[in-house]
Amino acid sequence: MSESLVFRGVRAIDPSCGLDGLVDVVVENGVITRVGIHAAAGAAGEHVRVFAVPGALLVPGLIDLHAHVREPGQEYKEDVASALRAAAAGGFVDICAMPNTRPVNDTRAITEMLVAKAKALGGCRLHPIAAITVGQKGETLTEMADLKDAGAVAVSDDGRCVTSSAVMRHALEYARTFDLPVIQHCEDHSLTAGAQMHEGSVATRLGLRGWPSVAEDIIVARDTLLAEYTGARYHVAHVSTRGAVRILREAKSRGIKVTAEVTPHHLLLTHEAVLGYDTACKVNPPLREPEDIAALREALADGTIDCIATDHAPHGAAEKDVEFAEAAPGMIGLELCVPLLLRLVRDGNLTYARFIDALTAAPAKVVGLPVPRIQEGARADLVLIDPDAHWTVDPSRLRSKSHNTPFLHQEVRGKVLATFASGVPIFEASP
Amino acid sequence: MWTHRHLLGIESLLPSEIQFLLDRAEGFASSIEKTARLRGKVVVNLFFEASTRTRTSFELAAKRLGADIINVSPSTSSVIKGETLLDTAKNVEAMRIDAIVLRHSASGSPHFLAKRTHTVIVNAGDGAHEHPTQALLDALTMRRHKGRIDGLVVAICGDILHSRVARSNAILLRTMGAEVRLAGPRTMMPPSAETIAAGVPGVTIHHRLEDAVEGADVVMMLRIQTERFGVSCLSTLREYSRTFGLTERMLTRAKSDVLVMHPGPINRGVELDAKLADGASSVILEQVEMGVAVRMAVLDTLLRRA
Repeated sequence: MSESLVFRGVRAIDPSCGLDGLVDVVVENGVITRVGIHAAAGAAGEHVRVFAVPGALLVPGLIDLHAHVREPGQEYKEDVASALRAAAAGGFVDICAMPNTRPVNDTRAITEMLVAKAKALGGCRLHPIAAITVGQKGETLTEMADLKDAGAVAVSDDGRCVTSSAVMRHALEYARTFDLPVIQHCEDHSLTAGAQMHEGSVATRLGLRGWPSVAEDIIVARDTLLAEYTGARYHVAHVSTRGAVRILREAKSRGIKVTAEVTPHHLLLTHEAVLGYDTACKVNPPLREPEDIAALREALADGTIDCIATDHAPHGAAEKDVEFAEAAPGMIGLELCVPLLLRLVRDGNLTYARFIDALTAAPAKVVGLPVPRIQEGARADLVLIDPDAHWTVDPSRLRSKSHNTPFLHQEVRGKVLATFASGVPIFEASP
Repeated sequence: MWTHRHLLGIESLLPSEIQFLLDRAEGFASSIEKTARLRGKVVVNLFFEASTRTRTSFELAAKRLGADIINVSPSTSSVIKGETLLDTAKNVEAMRIDAIVLRHSASGSPHFLAKRTHTVIVNAGDGAHEHPTQALLDALTMRRHKGRIDGLVVAICGDILHSRVARSNAILLRTMGAEVRLAGPRTMMPPSAETIAAGVPGVTIHHRLEDAVEGADVVMMLRIQTERFGVSCLSTLREYSRTFGLTERMLTRAKSDVLVMHPGPINRGVELDAKLADGASSVILEQVEMGVAVRMAVLDTLLRRA
């Protein structure tokens, strides 16, 4: 029997049940048993832990649709254990693992291995996303029924785009047969050969090959048409352009089953961050222009973009401490998502309700996980956040094996104090 | 006067610093006697891309100043074994050298080495980014003929997108007050090309060669890489030559005392009419000559400081 938890006088926010208020929340046997003003009155005892942090937020356990766990194959960057620790430290209770491992997760064996390993470790839960095509080569469809049985919650060739319209059409139809969403990395590779960063004035200045926005827009446009035609569940990974936003908005208004996610870095950084050839800012899709950021923020706020996803992409020094052209794209994100994005809430770009929805109910619906809730009878997946605590992003404070982020050594405001899965603390911040 | 440890690009130089290097180069140009100014200094030409002209020019510059210089072309040695740029540079550095002259296909690679090693770095061309000594030697050539750079109208024509020469020249010329016109087909023009001079405004873009050449003091033709043909950047060599090649007739639109320049090597009859290359307006070989003087000025300035 787990200990009981009492959150006294927290600001509990759960947009899925319209909750935003100063309440007490009581957890017993892994289940939320009481929510309300003075609900914890009298609760005390040997097996009761009381959390009473002035100004703290209590929100449902966060869900990340897009993490690179690097196992199997590149365990020096990250492995299941370190990724789950980093996730829990970031407030995540569920993460979805992208399949671009070595080998690619395109078979039941790898999916089962990941599920079993994560289960044995406990803590944050892991949900594999399997490949759309064998080896992510964009040719032969994977055994999606088998992969789903093994625990895959979606399919994606993330890192590679399914470029062939015929393969994409069949992928959507086949995935729909087994009710799996298809997550696309939208990049017309014929337009991005050799690309190092966003095609624009900074690329011109730095003499780096550009990745034009239209290479993303083209795929989003084609795929939404295919999604409409096939009726499949289609999800756009890491939207980065204002063009894609416009297409998504139009597609949603016509009732097409399309969802989308955006990363913290695409919401916060522009291509100017690459000046000085900072390889920590090399990501795919690349950091874009202020007008793109504005469109992404607006789309996240109005729900055109459903989810926030980290695209947590750990890399070692061998991949980042090199000349820009040689550097691998990606930055870590699990532990910095909440502190970085709370800024958007403070600045009035995003309401708390939409911010929390984009990290909980919205991603849960995309991959068909239970929606985490703060209500009586719900599984106690919870995150306690101090939105005003300042801390410095120091390598020693990160649980991830890798430290590739341009936010290293910067001070951030907002800190995950504790994360609970089924009422069990899977992370507690050191004071 | 001079505060930089490295020469990474024109972008980081002030007008006074450009002036300073050009004045020093002018001095070296008037006297090519071998001296012992850099005796005991060791310079390594680290060239990851083939370049006879630039490599030889640096080599001669170092030798005329009394420095020792060795050529390392890792494309044929360690890179094949999988050694990284940084490891190669650190190995060279461990042999107690004073400067690395780097030519590399990756934009920003000299900036990377400058941060990660302790040796003086001279950029001899990084990807499609900068080629600062080329811009300096071009400016010196112009100044010797025109007496100034401020107010000159310079047309730079050809493959702007892939050209480090165009970038460094645009920055230098705008910094020093010249008017810069870039010309080329739209497939060879980078996005926001008008901002190419590191944000210094006043660069104009043209897609008809005649518009760029009209009234120009200097017409600089860039080498067109033959591998660009047939990969949807360009159609045929013939058409390129017809639309963007400089002919005698086209040149009559420029000022009568126009200078024809080219960073070399020339594709005769493609971007530049063969007769023009050898004609009275051509200062192409003088550019090569000024190259040695400019590189002497750069090595002397950096190494006597170091």
